[in-house]
Amino acid sequence: MHAELILENGARFPGFSMGSSEPCICEIVFNTSMTGYQELLTSPVAVGQGIVMTYPLIGNYGVNNEDSESGRPWAKALIVRQLARRGSNFRCQRDLESWLTDYGITGICGVETRALTRMLRDNGTMNGMITCTPPENLDEALEQIRAYQLVGAVDAVSCRQPRHYGGDGPRVAVLDLGIRESLLNSLRRRGCSVTIFPARTSAYLILRGGFDGLFLSEGPGAPGQCADLLPEIKKMCDADLPVFGVGLGHQLMAMAYGGEVEKLPYGHRGGSHPVRDTETGKVVITAQDHGYTVKNDSLSPEIARVSYVNINDNSIEGLTYTDGRKFSVQFQPESSPGFTGTGFLFDRFLALMGGAR
Amino acid sequence: MPLDRSLKKVLMIGSGPIVIGQAAEFDYAGTQACRALKEEGIEVVLINSNPATIMTDSDIADHVYIEPLTVASLTQIIEKERPDSVLPTLGGQTGLNLAMQLHEEGILERYNVRLLGTSPESIRRAEDRQGFKDTMEEIGQPCVDSTVVESTEDAVAFANRIGYPVIIRPAYTLGGTGGGIAYDERSLREIGEGGIRMSRVGQILVERCISGWKEIEFEVMRDKVGNVITICSMENIDPVGVHTGDSIVVAPTQTLAAKEYGMLRSAALEIITALKIEGGCNIQFALNPNSFQYAVIEVNPRLSRSSALASKATGYPIAKVATKVALGYSLDEIPNAVTRTTSACFEPAVDYCVLKIPKWPFDKFLTASRKLGTQMKATGEVMAIAPSFEAALMKAVRSLELNVQALRLNKLTELSDDEIYDRLSVVDDERFFVITEALRRGITPEEINVITQMDIFFLDRIHAIVRMEETLAACEGLPDAEMLLQAKKMGFSDSYIAQLCGTETTVVKELRYANGITAAYKMVDTCAAEYAAATPYYYSSYDKENEADVPDSGKRRVLVLGSGPIRIGQGIEFDYCSVHSVWALKNLGCETIIVNNNPETVSTDFDIADRLYFEPLTPEDVENVVRQEKPWGAVVQFGGQTAIKLAKAVTEMGVPILGTSSDGVDAAEDRERFDSILRDLKIPRAAGKTVFTTDEAVAAANEVGYPVLVRPSYVLGGQGMEIAYNDQNIRSFMSVINQTVQEHPILVDKYLMGREVEVDGIFDGEDILIPGIMEHVERAGIHSGDSISVYPPLHVEERHQQTILTYTRQLAKALGVVGLINIQFILYDDAVYVIEVNPRSSRTIPYISKVTGVPVIELATRVMLGERLKDLGYGVDLYPTSRYYAVKMPIFSFEKLADVDTGLGPEMKSTGEVLGISDEYPVALLKAFSGAGMRVPKPHGRIILTVKDADKEEAVSVARAFVNMDVEIFATAGTCQTLRDAGIEARTVSRVNEASPNILDLIRSGTVDLIINTPTQGRRHDSDGFRIRRYAVEHGVPCLTSLDTARALLIVEKEGSSLHPQPLDIVTLGKKD
Repeated sequence: MHAELILENGARFPGFSMGSSEPCICEIVFNTSMTGYQELLTSPVAVGQGIVMTYPLIGNYGVNNEDSESGRPWAKALIVRQLARRGSNFRCQRDLESWLTDYGITGICGVETRALTRMLRDNGTMNGMITCTPPENLDEALEQIRAYQLVGAVDAVSCRQPRHYGGDGPRVAVLDLGIRESLLNSLRRRGCSVTIFPARTSAYLILRGGFDGLFLSEGPGAPGQCADLLPEIKKMCDADLPVFGVGLGHQLMAMAYGGEVEKLPYGHRGGSHPVRDTETGKVVITAQDHGYTVKNDSLSPEIARVSYVNINDNSIEGLTYTDGRKFSVQFQPESSPGFTGTGFLFDRFLALMGGAR
Repeated sequence: MPLDRSLKKVLMIGSGPIVIGQAAEFDYAGTQACRALKEEGIEVVLINSNPATIMTDSDIADHVYIEPLTVASLTQIIEKERPDSVLPTLGGQTGLNLAMQLHEEGILERYNVRLLGTSPESIRRAEDRQGFKDTMEEIGQPCVDSTVVESTEDAVAFANRIGYPVIIRPAYTLGGTGGGIAYDERSLREIGEGGIRMSRVGQILVERCISGWKEIEFEVMRDKVGNVITICSMENIDPVGVHTGDSIVVAPTQTLAAKEYGMLRSAALEIITALKIEGGCNIQFALNPNSFQYAVIEVNPRLSRSSALASKATGYPIAKVATKVALGYSLDEIPNAVTRTTSACFEPAVDYCVLKIPKWPFDKFLTASRKLGTQMKATGEVMAIAPSFEAALMKAVRSLELNVQALRLNKLTELSDDEIYDRLSVVDDERFFVITEALRRGITPEEINVITQMDIFFLDRIHAIVRMEETLAACEGLPDAEMLLQAKKMGFSDSYIAQLCGTETTVVKELRYANGITAAYKMVDTCAAEYAAATPYYYSSYDKENEADVPDSGKRRVLVLGSGPIRIGQGIEFDYCSVHSVWALKNLGCETIIVNNNPETVSTDFDIADRLYFEPLTPEDVENVVRQEKPWGAVVQFGGQTAIKLAKAVTEMGVPILGTSSDGVDAAEDRERFDSILRDLKIPRAAGKTVFTTDEAVAAANEVGYPVLVRPSYVLGGQGMEIAYNDQNIRSFMSVINQTVQEHPILVDKYLMGREVEVDGIFDGEDILIPGIMEHVERAGIHSGDSISVYPPLHVEERHQQTILTYTRQLAKALGVVGLINIQFILYDDAVYVIEVNPRSSRTIPYISKVTGVPVIELATRVMLGERLKDLGYGVDLYPTSRYYAVKMPIFSFEKLADVDTGLGPEMKSTGEVLGISDEYPVALLKAFSGAGMRVPKPHGRIILTVKDADKEEAVSVARAFVNMDVEIFATAGTCQTLRDAGIEARTVSRVNEASPNILDLIRSGTVDLIINTPTQGRRHDSDGFRIRRYAVEHGVPCLTSLDTARALLIVEKEGSSLHPQPLDIVTLGKKD
């Protein structure tokens, strides 16, 4: 069945429907990772997004039950060049398309994804609509597309109830802004006893729990929409607990201390983002999946110093707070799954908490 | 860590002659490295014995030595040039081994020369089997169960413990020479013995056979401060068991989920970190398709064939970056040459699919075993880029120049289903054709997967191609626009669609244009469009958006057609010519466009031409580029037969051919037209006839008189050419060439056994310039590419030289040549005969350019653009003879190709060449022999002499010369009798079929220095001569098959220790005194 993607600037990309054929409007972002579509789709960070895979052959190894970053796909849509109708891999449990259909994820294949990516790169991220029936009134549809805004993203993905995973190591409170399994596993693999709290948990509750450290997770959406969370986060961070922030957690912690965030033109999404450790000068290749960044010089050096910078656009990729107890990074520190190049950040967190027990 | 300022002068070691396993990729790597060094203001000293390379040009390095790649000559050069450092990792295994030897023998230390980049300790740990295993164990990386042994006994003991089959890999060899899979003790002993002998250190690795696992490669890079990146992942479609050089390879990996990919990527980065590599490195893994189990197969701590492929596949200039890293830069200090805004410290993201297919020499060696295994057999490769696997595959298949449009071989369509099913388990060069045929017959991907163990993903993709074939074949008449577009997106050529639909190519093309279905070009930008890039490196797709930017520069735009994959008869020399032509055109103010499909070459580097189109060299693919670029003219005479074949098509596209027209090419190749030109000019040639059938051939041969030379017209490298002495020879040979369809006639010529002479000339319409006349050591009958060639000629009298000059000028004029012409002559009976005329560049151009200092390609290019030779400063007619002798010696790869007869004849067999230069002929000859790795028999040494009857008389003088030098001669009965009759002392050795000890035992004993065996006629593989020659190859004993070569060796031998070869900087040669 023919389908098309209509961007808010009026550009139209024809293709074929895959997965759910329900029309949908979402923010269209491109990701340059050459593998890992299942992880990307199931990452809570992807909520409300239509993901364009720049790699043209998608679905090659199907979908399995082990590699999801959460219980379900969160992305709203998937846009690919060529879909493999069946997956080939020893762990493959089903093909990508039927999995998308089951979760009601709208998909479109046969799209000239490189042209689409170039447009998103040059114009910045845009909203778009995927539909199998051309809109009768294009102007109306475009207005609708432009008006789309993702709201309450964090609330949508954060857990409803606290969850607990036992462990012999330090006790970590995780503020779930949209955490991925890989991050949780990075803590659990190191023996941490992990308790996950909903995003709107009060500082009081967490601080009362006698935790050794606080982990502020990644999460989706515009950080500006989380302003109401900042006072509680500030309180949590002001307590003398070691804090490790990642992604949205990194941004909210900076904001809580007076920093500002800004939107990147088209985000950092992919597996090849080089960041420099400002202390050692060494560069690590990281996986990233974010659209906002902490603004340069928006945070006083008396509060925090920049620990990592992106060597391509000089954006802030990490902060170390001057009290020596708190640090945060913008990239995916576990680089899951892959080279454990920045896994030592978890070890640092553990050390701050007094080490493994 | 910026540039180390103490570096002033760097020695680069090249990889030597082109052999199977070490081809043009090292010219590409070395040239890029030299340019990177010069960019930093560092003086470059280069040594390479291969004159056909671009790196040995005086504008690439500051000091160029075309000298034997031996420790002795390197030591001399180091002593003379006193470089402060050496860059060892860009000259292939040859360069690396030499650098290690220089280090081990203390020579580097003596002259205070530093090894740049990866340290010798690291190289040893990566290269030495045991050292490598220990290192892997330390960092917890799994290897395959294996052991390093130095004797077959130990190998057998180990195999008995871990069980058969086992794989044998010799240490320090290239292309897996001497390796193989042993299924039982007998085969293990056989392969093991050979492997130990071939290894430089007498070691072999015996390992558990994991054939059937996925073979995955990573190209990784590390700098001094420890930054590590992966540049490209590659997946061999052929599972473990087929050498990666013989595998069809796709990049990036296609069937690995993120977890497996991440696991292997981590492993690769951990390995390069543990080995402390500083530069590029290739790591090969085997991955169990049914689990996370993997094993590290091999690490190459240097640039390799795969790095060249990875470079071209991603646009990441690995050789350049590796060089800068060796100079001390860290990766983040090196700019990304593609985006120019980001740094080299990143991992390329691609948004297309890349496919490489090897080019095998089996069309040349009809009798060779086509089976593929751990021993590489391919001479070259093609690469294709497309947005889908299907299109990449179709493009790559077209690029192979196999006269097929798709994976469809007529001979397979005649096989029964059962036969096809059986063929699936045969691992040879035709397996992909068989698989596709099987899918056409309805054998399912699942069944094929069980037999071939190729991943279902790939089989599904090929199946999709087959389904498209069926859809097209089923449509009544022409496909509709939608279907046509889908077929084009899948990479189907117009002519294949036409073939399937039963119509003409032009009809499909017109339908396509009528529906606006045209090729669009996409950029290779290293970053999947994430950053804006300006690389002029493109591939075609059938998409809407066209990214190729054709700026209106006001310059004349010239299309240069490349020469495709390296094969026997069309080697690296044509890339040399193409690249030089591009440079010359640029200097003349033209804008240049290259079309080529060979990832190993310099010409496919994106900073050579103004724009590079990585495309198949077929009329349709070239026409698409022409529509895009609308060139002012096209250059076809530098790209070998591949480009020449396209001359007519390009003319029909309305693009003027610069230089000789396609009609001139036709006149040289069309027998009748050419004969009439010779008649008009009264230039003699051997009597001959044009025939189509066997009976006609026999009649023609009897008319001109035996012996005759029989060959198809329109071929390169003397493909399918033979000397026939009687009717029987003709009949058997005709049955062989008729196996392949002949649309062109067969030529039967009187065979003149004289001295062969070759010239390259530049003609501007009126004047000719011949840089030099070259004489062949071997008499006519041995292909010019396989003969030792000597410049200046030793035996061509002045008057004959004048005749050659006159004939060349006359022929060039008559054929309408503008640019290059290559002519082969025979001096026979005190007269000059023409054998063959090629109105194009030739194999000898690079070498004659270097030794005479005449920039042949530049002059030819200028002439093509209308300049006159008179005005170019090099004069006309015969260029003054150099005071240096240059001897070009052919290099063969026989040890890689089982069942190929090593006897030389009119069919070309060599894969590469080396050059020896000196002001004394014997020294030049000695350098050439030593560059070719030929040992000269020592006094009191032993040789075996066994020649065909026709040569017996001549053999006497050769034998006498050896005996006079105290060399002991063994001969088979007939030859021995002849020698004794002539009063020469010789010992009889029993023939092949006689009881031990016979001649084969003598060869195996390792006490023989040289074998001289001249082959009798015929292609029989059971002949004694064939077995002796193969046995010699397999036991590493040099074997000469022409008495002329033996005589040349005697010249060197006679002078013996009185020869003192000195290295010669060829940059000084061309300079006028």
